[in-house]
Amino acid sequence: MTESTYRIQGATGEWEVVIGLEVHAQVTSNAKLFSGASAAYGGEPNSHVSLVDAAMPGMLPVPNRECIRQAVRTGMAINAQINKWSRFDRKNYFYADLPQGYQISQLYHPLVGEGAIEVTLDEKDPDSLTRSIGIERIHVEQDAGKLMHDQHPTMSYVDLNRSGVALMEIVSRPDMRSPAEAGAYVKKLRSILRYVGSCDGNMEEGSMRADVNVSVRKPGGELGTRTETKNVNSIRFVMQAIEVEARRQVDLIEDGGTVVQETRLFDPNKMETRSMRSKEDAHDYRYFPDPDLLPLDLDDAFLEECRASLPELPDAKRARYENELGLTAYNAAVLTAEAETAFWFEDLLGHGVDPKQGSNWLLSELFGALNKLGKSLDESPVSPAQAAELLKLIADGTISGSIAKLVFEIMLETAAQGNMKGAAAIVEEKGLKQTSDTGAIEAVIAEILAANPGQLEQYRGGKEQLFGFFVGQTMKAMQGKANPGVVNELLKKALSS
Amino acid sequence: MTDLTKLGVAAIRSGVANGDFTAVEVATAFNANVAAAKVLNAFIVETPEKAIDAAKAVDADRAAGKLLGKMAGVPIGMKDLFATEGVQTTAASHILEGFLPTYESTVSANLWKAGAGMLGKLNLDQFAMGSSNETSYFGNVISPWRRNDGGNAALAPGGSSGGSSTAIAARLCPAATGTDTGGSIRQPAAFVGISGIKPTYGRCSRWGIVAFASSLDQAGPMARDVRDCAIMLEAMAGFDPKDSTSLDLPVPEWEAGLSGDLRGKKVGIPREYRLDGIDEDIAKMWDNGIAWLKDAGAEVVDISLPHTKYALPAYYIIAPAEASSNLARYDGVRYGLRDLPDGAGLQDMYAATRAAGFGAEVRRRIMIGTYVLSAGFYDAYYTQAQKVRALIARDFENAWAQCDLILAPTAPSAAFGLGEKTSDPLSMYLNDVFAVPASLAGLPAMSVPGGLDKQGLPLGLQIVGKALDEQGVLNAGLAIEERAGFTAEAEKWW
Repeated sequence: MTESTYRIQGATGEWEVVIGLEVHAQVTSNAKLFSGASAAYGGEPNSHVSLVDAAMPGMLPVPNRECIRQAVRTGMAINAQINKWSRFDRKNYFYADLPQGYQISQLYHPLVGEGAIEVTLDEKDPDSLTRSIGIERIHVEQDAGKLMHDQHPTMSYVDLNRSGVALMEIVSRPDMRSPAEAGAYVKKLRSILRYVGSCDGNMEEGSMRADVNVSVRKPGGELGTRTETKNVNSIRFVMQAIEVEARRQVDLIEDGGTVVQETRLFDPNKMETRSMRSKEDAHDYRYFPDPDLLPLDLDDAFLEECRASLPELPDAKRARYENELGLTAYNAAVLTAEAETAFWFEDLLGHGVDPKQGSNWLLSELFGALNKLGKSLDESPVSPAQAAELLKLIADGTISGSIAKLVFEIMLETAAQGNMKGAAAIVEEKGLKQTSDTGAIEAVIAEILAANPGQLEQYRGGKEQLFGFFVGQTMKAMQGKANPGVVNELLKKALSS
Repeated sequence: MTDLTKLGVAAIRSGVANGDFTAVEVATAFNANVAAAKVLNAFIVETPEKAIDAAKAVDADRAAGKLLGKMAGVPIGMKDLFATEGVQTTAASHILEGFLPTYESTVSANLWKAGAGMLGKLNLDQFAMGSSNETSYFGNVISPWRRNDGGNAALAPGGSSGGSSTAIAARLCPAATGTDTGGSIRQPAAFVGISGIKPTYGRCSRWGIVAFASSLDQAGPMARDVRDCAIMLEAMAGFDPKDSTSLDLPVPEWEAGLSGDLRGKKVGIPREYRLDGIDEDIAKMWDNGIAWLKDAGAEVVDISLPHTKYALPAYYIIAPAEASSNLARYDGVRYGLRDLPDGAGLQDMYAATRAAGFGAEVRRRIMIGTYVLSAGFYDAYYTQAQKVRALIARDFENAWAQCDLILAPTAPSAAFGLGEKTSDPLSMYLNDVFAVPASLAGLPAMSVPGGLDKQGLPLGLQIVGKALDEQGVLNAGLAIEERAGFTAEAEKWW
């Protein structure tokens, strides 16, 4: 691991930035953390609210085992210590979006302890720097509701649909030293969460957001005072917020000021952070163990089930693709960066496609086509089974690679018309089967040689690059349907005779 | 025909089952007593029609030959801390005045399922915070008892379940629900000469009970005698998946297991409870209790509960701490009182609503609780109190090596006069000194009448048992009841 060389240039020299992130990830679960109400995104305001979520008198929280299970699996995926004994605490403060007057969280005894994730700055570059970013803890807590200030001239409305939804707060160590590292960390974390299936990682819908802790110092010097920029909701904004906040701190210090520990907000339109509240008027949250809940005591069978249900994770998958499937480092990296790509690829292999052929086709042909269509892999008009049908036609010599491109185009066109034709049917219908009929090919070769005496003479005079020219001519004359291997073989024979 | 309101739970149930009288006749008789006793202020809301409807259903079931429930035909009072669907539920606080729950507490639902009917919602100390029922927004409850000194001083019915105790003692209902956080079933039962049991923490679901201090709150029955308590507790208790602290255990058949034969049982007498300056009537009653239990075959042993003196201070840290957080939900945003001064912002609304909605004692405890949880004070108060709580629990654990049950007075004195202690919260809090240790340890504890003091006022004996040994507690209570011969009643003046 190499130290980051990211520096901010100030009037007094170079500054290093120190970054820690608290990522809030919404746990994938049908129901909320302590109630049976739906945890689905959206819905009419206050349509996903139980008596517990609205904090009616006498209502009690009951932990949702699935949320605990997902957080444990997430902890296992980052090789973290799983605390078999943990406990919920109340974080007390008044706000209209917090019906209980406290958030149930875990301060003193979190569910997940120390772990780490390996972050590659550019996962598509096999030689890219990798860093290990420490995770201090993951705890489980309730989300708050939402205030709507634009519904009435003098009143604010409250929507409690999100109130009580389960969040994992994933707290990193202050191990990051550049916006790029922070961005790569969030990306990798999101990838792991999606692999595990514990969070959909959808930052637009708020299922993942980050509190960004930033401080600056002279390289290698004493840690500076940090600020916390709250609720940053995209990877790009995380990187931008760090950049502008670090810059602000450097300018402030160099102008003789001091950084105060405070909570700030990032405004991506103005590209600045603004003070929300300082430490002096910070809340005293009066944390104490929630007396409505017993401590969580996880048994070995539960932990075993959590472990057994973990999928192969990106780092392991990437290594296997390289070492066992023989894919290039680049292909392995790109295929495993996002769970959906890896799962699609493995689905393809499940239909008997050769890994190298499949990975090349997926990354060039399919990604190229999806790019043009502006669609994600999830929305691909071609399923892995349908792609496998096409790839097998190439593999068994029924069609050539170039004919395959044509067939794929027709597949996409027919899909766009709402009735996709299968590869085999297209080949059949359009008569695109390639021929290995040596007699027919020899006849065409003879015609080509006769029609190009000049090139023939040059070739025989030693200009062997012209071999490709004869292949092209032959294929063209055969409308691409000749088996390229057979063409090569017969051409060599004819040219040397 | 006998006066049906003289009957208890067991007698009403068997009379209805045998056809000696109908459930409707019973409900009608109690409704009449409730209506005629408004001066006692035991009820915040009267629901005579609910009592009649439930009784009609029981009579119909009986006519149809259906199996009747454990409480079939018994009309009861419901402490107004239990949420009752469609019936105002206030915790005796202005902040919840007019609140109509859309849900029914588990315990009350269990009772209706067992065939009980509701006479009304009983007054209590506001949010169950008090020992005299003087903190209710809806006014004091007055005990039916009077001193035999010829004076007419209004006496406290105890608290917080003061409406429950008064209603039973005045025969407005044969039984009532109570809740006990630091003595709120036992002390009022002792003050009016009835029985009441706080079961092991977790026996009764807390779901739908307005929370005071979650780690201590526990519902239980209050009734005329031990058997009635056993019957009603069976109907109330049971595992509830909606309460994480509910015990996932079958409900024992306590009534069937009742026996006043205590041979083979050891009863511990905690020396630390014999405080300096103990009331001599209390001391005498305690000695009587010891003699009765010996007579029932129990062996009596001296025990020590060395951390007893720290129980009350620890309780008055833990309970307010939890309360300060539990009561944060009463903020004027979603239900209950909202006081929104002109031009007020959110913080102003909170302040105005909570200042207007909570009574002085509730505000005091919220402030104490907020203080002890504050940064810088948390370890000195809350953490320390939790350590004390663990030591109290260990005291009991150690005691169980020597005995099966513990006998002590329920309260340090008989009922005091209304207003006598309101200006001195500490002396009020001291009333819970004998009740609080069992609450902190989550143990079953019961009060049964032990006699009268010189002024003719009832005194209570308290039995504390091992966790889950309600049967042992009830049986010792029965042994005392069989020997105390307590038949005194408040003379009707209302």
